[in-house]
This record gives sequence, C-alpha cells and structure tokens, in this order.
Amino acid sequence: MSEQIEKALSRKYEAGFVSEIESETFAAGLDEDVIRRISAMKQEPQWMLEWRLKAYESWLKMEEPEWAHLHYPKIDYQAISYYSAPKSMKDKPKSLDEVDPELLRTYEKLGIPLYEQQMLAGIAVDAVFDSVSVVTTFREKLEEAGVIFCPISEAVHKYPDLVKKYLGTVVPRSDNYFAALNSAVFTDGSFVYIPKGVRCPMELSTYFRINEQNTGQFERTLIIADEGSHVSYLEGCTAPQRDENQLHAAVVELVALDNAKIKYSTVQNWYPGDENGKGGIYNFVTKRGICHTKAHISWTQVETGSAITWKYPSCILKGDNSVGEFYSVALARGRQQADTGTKMIHLGKNTKSTIISKGISAGHANNAYRGLVQMGPNSDGARNFTQCDSLLIGDQCGAHTFPYIESRNPSAIVEHEATTSKVSDEQLFLCQQRGLDAEKAVSMIVNGFCKEVFKELPMEFAVEAGKLLEISLEGSVG
Amino acid sequence: MLKISNLHASVEEKNILKGLDLEIRPGEVHAIMGPNGAGKSTLGYVLSGREGYEVTEGSVEMQGQNLLDLETEERARAGLFLAFQYPVEIPGVSNMEFMKESVNAIREARGEEALSAADFLKKAKEACKQVNLPLDFLKRGVNEGFSGGEKKRNEIMQMILLEPKLCILDESDSGLDIDALQVVAKGVNSQRSPDRSFIVVTHYQRLLDFIEPDFVHILADGKIVKSGDASLAKEVEKTGYAWLGAKGEEKEA
Repeated sequence: MSEQIEKALSRKYEAGFVSEIESETFAAGLDEDVIRRISAMKQEPQWMLEWRLKAYESWLKMEEPEWAHLHYPKIDYQAISYYSAPKSMKDKPKSLDEVDPELLRTYEKLGIPLYEQQMLAGIAVDAVFDSVSVVTTFREKLEEAGVIFCPISEAVHKYPDLVKKYLGTVVPRSDNYFAALNSAVFTDGSFVYIPKGVRCPMELSTYFRINEQNTGQFERTLIIADEGSHVSYLEGCTAPQRDENQLHAAVVELVALDNAKIKYSTVQNWYPGDENGKGGIYNFVTKRGICHTKAHISWTQVETGSAITWKYPSCILKGDNSVGEFYSVALARGRQQADTGTKMIHLGKNTKSTIISKGISAGHANNAYRGLVQMGPNSDGARNFTQCDSLLIGDQCGAHTFPYIESRNPSAIVEHEATTSKVSDEQLFLCQQRGLDAEKAVSMIVNGFCKEVFKELPMEFAVEAGKLLEISLEGSVG
Repeated sequence: MLKISNLHASVEEKNILKGLDLEIRPGEVHAIMGPNGAGKSTLGYVLSGREGYEVTEGSVEMQGQNLLDLETEERARAGLFLAFQYPVEIPGVSNMEFMKESVNAIREARGEEALSAADFLKKAKEACKQVNLPLDFLKRGVNEGFSGGEKKRNEIMQMILLEPKLCILDESDSGLDIDALQVVAKGVNSQRSPDRSFIVVTHYQRLLDFIEPDFVHILADGKIVKSGDASLAKEVEKTGYAWLGAKGEEKEA
C-alpha cells in the first residue's frame, strides 16, 4: 500500500496531556476493605454497601473471559488503584467558582467548557474526573422539567427508591466478569430520570476523564425513561498519554418504559497507546438497555480510542412492538484491537432491530465485529436487519466478523449483509488528481464510509466525530 | 504550455514510454491515437503523477515548471486535469462534497478565496446542466452506481468546475453512444479557450468529428511515430496502424 497512506495514518493524540491536580488516591489493590472504604468515602447507605459486597463475592468466583479476538497480557487486578479523587473535591464545591481552576482548564482544553453561558446551547454536561463527578451543568433548568440529571453517587442518597428499583436490573451484578467488578467498586457516573411523558428539553452528556496514574475508572450510568418520555444522551471519554495500560470497566443500564425513547451516543477517544502498542486504555464495557412495550432504544457509537475495546451495547426487546438500533463506527489503527458489536434479544412480538456496523482497520490493528441476534419463541413477526461493513487501510491490518443468529420463531425474519473493502490506490489517486492531499483524501473516504452512522449522531457531535476521525488519521506533516 | 522531451517511463519495471517528445502551446488541442498497448493511458498517468509510474529518463515542463518535481496533488493545483477512462467510486462521499473540497483546494493554491457553499452550488448546478446530468447527481456518492456514460459526463463536469490549464481526456469516448458522445464533446468544446490546452487520447476517429484537433499524433511502442493534422486521424481510420510500422499488443498497459 502506498507510503502516503502510511504517513497519513501516523497518529497524534490530542487529549494526551496530564493535569497537575492533587489527588487523594487509594493504594493499589482490591479486597473487601477497599470496597468498604469506597462506600465510606461516598457515605453510602448500608444497602448499597451490601450490594457491592455481593458483587465482589461473585466476582471472586468468576473468570476473566477469553473468547474475544483480543490479545493482551493478563491484567493484575491488585496493581490497580480503585479510587482517586481530586483533593479539592473533598468538600464538595457548591458552585463552579469553588471548583479547582485546573480542573476547569482540563475540560476547557478538551473543548468542553463547563460554564453554562459558554456552553453549546441545549446541552447539559456531567463532568467525571477519575472517580468523581466534578460538576453537572444546567441542573436547575432540567429540574423545572422534572428531569433528574446528577452523579449516581448523589442519586444513591437523594433518590434511593429509584436507584434500588432499577440498579442491576438490566445488567445484573454477576452478569459478567467486568460488570461484577464494576458493581463492586464503581465510583461515580451519571444518573438520569425522565418523568412520564416528558421530552427532555436538552441533550444530556457526560465527559469522562481518567487522569491519575495506575488508576482504574469504573463508572456506572443508569438512565430511566419513564412512560412516553424522550431523552438523548451523549458520552465522551479521553485520557492522558501514559506508558502503562489503564483499566476502564464501565456499566451502562438503560430502562425505556412503555412508549419511551432513549438515544445513547458515545464518542470514545481514550488514549490508544503509542505506535508500538505501549500504553493505552483497556476498555471493557457492558452496556445494555431494556425496551418495554413500544419503547425504542438507539445506540450510536464512534470508537476511535483505547488499546483494547471489548464492548457490545445491547437491547433486550421485551415489550411488543419495541425497537432496538445499533449504529457503530470502530476505528482501530497502530496496534489497537477492537472486539465490538451488539446483542439484539427479541422477546416481544413485532419487535424490530437494526444493526449498522462500520469497522475501519489501519496499521497493524485488528477489528472484530461480534453480534448476536436472538429471536425468542414468542417473537412473532420480529425482524432484524444487520449490515456489517469493514474497511481496510493498508495490508497489515485485519477485519473479522462473528455474527451469531439464533431463531426460535419461524415467523421471525433476520437479514445479514456484510462487505469488506479497501481504500484503494485508485481512490486515492482520483482524490489527489483533483487537488486533495493524501491525508484529506483518506479522511474523506473514511468519512464517506461512516456516513450512515454519523447521520444518527446529534448534529454537534456528528461534526465532532468527523473531526475526531480526521485527527485520528492525521499525519505528522508540517 | 507543455513540453515533453525524450520521456521514458516504466510500470513494474516494464518500459512503456520509450523516448516520447511532444510540445503543446496554449489553446491547442492534440489528439493522441494508437494501437492497444502503445502507452496512451500511461502517458496520462505519468503526466498526472500516479504512483507506480516511474520516469526513468527525460523531462516534462508545464508552464515553465518542472512537472516531475511536483506531487500528484500539486500538479492538479498547478492546473493539470485528467479525465479518467474508468473513474473509481467513492461510496458515501457526495459528488458535491468531493467537488467543493477539490475546487477549494485548487482555488487556495491559486491564492483565491474558498467558495461559499451557496456560490459553489450555483456553479455546480450550471456545470451539471452543461453535461445534461440531473441535479441529483450532486447529492449522489462519487461515481456510485453511475452508468459508464454518466461517469464520463461526470468527469467532464468536474473539468468544467476546476477550470484547468491542461486537460488530458483518457478515452472519454469509450463505451458512449452517439448522443452521450455529443454531450461530452459539447462540454469539452465549451471549455476551449486560448489559454487552455487539451490532450485527447482516443482509439477512434469518431470523437474527433466532434472535438476538432489541431494536431494528431500516432503513438506506437512508447513513441510518437507520426504527427499531422486532423486528416491523419481519418487516414488511420481507413488503413489501420500497421502501415506506420506500429504493432499492437493484446492488452492496454
């Protein structure tokens, strides 16, 4: 393959800086005592602590999964610190003026201003730094509409009934190895509740940032859309450039009650490691939503970061006539490895799901799509459509597709289409002959390939995602 | 405009061009004809700087600049345009997006301001009309699902938008019916001007009935073996290439 493409692909990670912030960090290691201390730091009620301990108990009995198409050295769970918080957050700041300016600068550098007057109109942000939520904007405005948007640690205190009722109902404590670990040690994350019939007046978003060294990030997000409500939620993630691998094991649970709609978009840009595969985030994430009658959950993800991605945002289509969607762009370059896809579990009648997956591999990366479409015995008239496209850039990378289809209902219809293509020398030559340089050409071809997914993102983030791909593909020219 | 001297070029270590000389002045239209495997397409690729086409000897000057020193995109920005024989598809990238980036990259190189979306759209619509393409072609993916004739017309539309100095048309007539051929020819003729030159590569004399050349050259075995005016094309049409001592090869290089 042409040198120009190789050049265009040499990476630059723009979010790789480290913030000088004094933190309170637990010594590395995990045992029951660490979990008690995390719970104590957050002054949690007894029920929450017990919940964590039960999760820990099941985790101890579980084994790390090895079925994914991923290769990495064994993770030493005793070498990780399970809690880190900026010191300045100890006495919770009451307003932005009390927040450590260095923290605010960090988010500003990442292009996420936290002062409401500077915000993009119509987006409320929850900023999570290492293990704690720093600030949540526009809370008053949301409260007027009855929308709850706050750190989950706060929800445990303020809305214990909602948390108790739904936490762990979509992703049970012992669902899988990483979900169990998260359930035991999760530190913060966002909590959202949209009351009956309410259309959330603005986009909600959370920005996760890992800063501290040797620290894992275990956030937990719980979104409940009550009957007939609508919400659109976006999550963004970055981390500094470090030589060690860092573990990120998050859990996201979505509950869409009857006629509710949740749109969940992710722009994931964790540090991917250097060109030799040194450093980078290990991203092991469990995301799942449950749809009740006529409910609708849509996952859109743009995955450009992490050394390792293990992630399958899924929908349980429990209610009749419910709809699940999964739109994904996963870009892996350098030595990145991604094993990502979705599960669509059709239980109810006339349930529908759509899966559009776009995998892009460059450099020495490996990109796998893994998807399960399951039609249950009662899923009369259910339908799935899956389209799975892989784009290869260069000749050192790999694309793999692992589709699983299980149908227990003769009236269910499952369609699967898959393609693999390359950025060809001819395409590159056509672009260059029309005056575009190789970098621009590659990013244009890749953006075109991803178009079906990008159009599902909220406007502002579609632009951001396009730019992110461009930066990810940007060379060291000039 | 263009001065090619003793040009030798090879592809995958096979010599294709073996000492080609050609001089083109502003405003002239030169037709290049020849049997399969003579190196006609290679000439277009070498001039536009396609990777894998290696110049082993000779020189090419365009408007006083050493063309061979320039990257592919720099040659395009300097005003060289190649209309492809088989334009490739770029799925998901709309013609409109592609052309706007392209026009603005070239404008920028000329020190002109980038066109606004509205100004560009106006121009693009006019260009579309000139080659009888419906306006929805602007929204469609570059060459995605276009018929052979549509691709060729799309290339001419791009040429009209980019306002190049030197246009190389690589068999823009192949696979076209007579109506489409006339549309292509009309598009090209509308762009003829005293400061723009054309190299028209073709197998058949037919195209030259509609685009009248100032000179006709016969390319055989990597060299120009005979040059003349438009009447040379007609002669070749009747008698073939054999009398020129040219032998064809099975496959076009």
